[in-house]
Amino acid sequence: MTAISLSTTDLALAALLILAMAGCSVLLQLHVGRKIIISATRLIIQLTLVGMVLKAVFEQNHFIWVGFIAMVMLLVAGWEMRARQKYKLAGWWGYGIGTLSIFISSFAVSAYGLICIIGADPWYEPRYAIPVLGMLLGNTMNGIALTVDRLTSAVWQQRSIIEQRLMLGQDSKTAIRAIARDSLRNGMIPIINAMAAAGIVSLPGMMTGQILAGAPPVEAVKYQIVIWLMIASGAGFGMMAALHFTAKRLFDERHRLRLDRIRATPG
Amino acid sequence: MSTLRLDSIRFLDWEPVSLEVEAGGKIGITGTSGSGKSLLLRAIADLDPHEGEAYLDDRARQSMPAPDWRRRVALLPSEAAWWYETVGEHFGGLDASCWEALGFGPETAKWTISRLSAGERQRLALLRMLEGQPEVLLLDEPTANLDVDSTNRVEALVSHYQTSTGAAVLWVSHDESQLRRTSEKVMRMEGRRLEAIQV
Repeated sequence: MTAISLSTTDLALAALLILAMAGCSVLLQLHVGRKIIISATRLIIQLTLVGMVLKAVFEQNHFIWVGFIAMVMLLVAGWEMRARQKYKLAGWWGYGIGTLSIFISSFAVSAYGLICIIGADPWYEPRYAIPVLGMLLGNTMNGIALTVDRLTSAVWQQRSIIEQRLMLGQDSKTAIRAIARDSLRNGMIPIINAMAAAGIVSLPGMMTGQILAGAPPVEAVKYQIVIWLMIASGAGFGMMAALHFTAKRLFDERHRLRLDRIRATPG
Repeated sequence: MSTLRLDSIRFLDWEPVSLEVEAGGKIGITGTSGSGKSLLLRAIADLDPHEGEAYLDDRARQSMPAPDWRRRVALLPSEAAWWYETVGEHFGGLDASCWEALGFGPETAKWTISRLSAGERQRLALLRMLEGQPEVLLLDEPTANLDVDSTNRVEALVSHYQTSTGAAVLWVSHDESQLRRTSEKVMRMEGRRLEAIQV
């Protein structure tokens, strides 16, 4: 059992839908029509390109290619993460710490899942490796971005409290503990919510995709469970690493709060 | 208790400050706002990067971890910060006589921070700092927001702490007459340098 193949006409029919919606927005002067058309066009071009790249990579089935794609995904994720923060570590630190944390968590957990759980042959078989890594990268990136953003903005806003704690002789770890805890919670909430609501409020995308492609529901569910457990733990590890490195960078060896190492983005 | 000695403490482009406050001694520093009085205290407490070294008797600041130094050489900022809901959570547990010395009672521990007046906050911040039994007090405008009665209580508590423990005090205030009243020696921060005032 395989999925019904979509023809060009089918795609055109879907495009008709978005054009109709954009047309409505113009008529009602809602000023979103242009944006919707642009982003829909981006979606079509980007996904078509990705489809072609993936087709080529799947045919090659070579470690170098998988590794190359993985590196590109990682670097973009790191960049994207930094771009979302209002208060950033100055210089290359923010990018470096974010990318390193994403790398440690999503690559290690993906490799563990591919080798020990899924057991594809070879373990880097692109049909498994790229989607798994993609899902982990996406969620880890979101989680780390939320966590670090909360940490740096809270430190910026509560600097007088942190310095007061330091003045009373607390070390930097103690002075920042409450904020770090709160930041980790902030990053974990979307993942906790998604896991708790999975199957009841929403059908997870990957499971839905597999069912559409003809997989038995129970098989699809098993994959989805494995993926979510990997995402939750990978994102958690990534957030802890990012918190640790960022908090370390916010203080120096004399336990001074170094706000001069943060840059506030205007707006 | 120990003597605080500053050896060429230098922050931003101010002239280096060398100074000695003996155990039990009190030096007042005055100057206009923006003259660098607070920056000097922050540098002594090692809160900002700067040059120079400070000593407690013969022990260099570098030779001990920064949190240890800050417990011994405690800074009271002009606006102290609070982070828990109630007053008591910020303290390790004080006996009643300490509360009373500043015009509070044991029930003060249950007060919520948002209910405190500026003056109460400042007096409680002083109490919180003294609880750690520091050897040197760096006081940054400790009575700037207080009425006469509260000011007298703060001055009395600092004197009492000093006579009973022999702590050294560096008192920063824009009010020169207060410093003349409370300190043995008054200095002025002006033109990026610290100078003794000739009396």
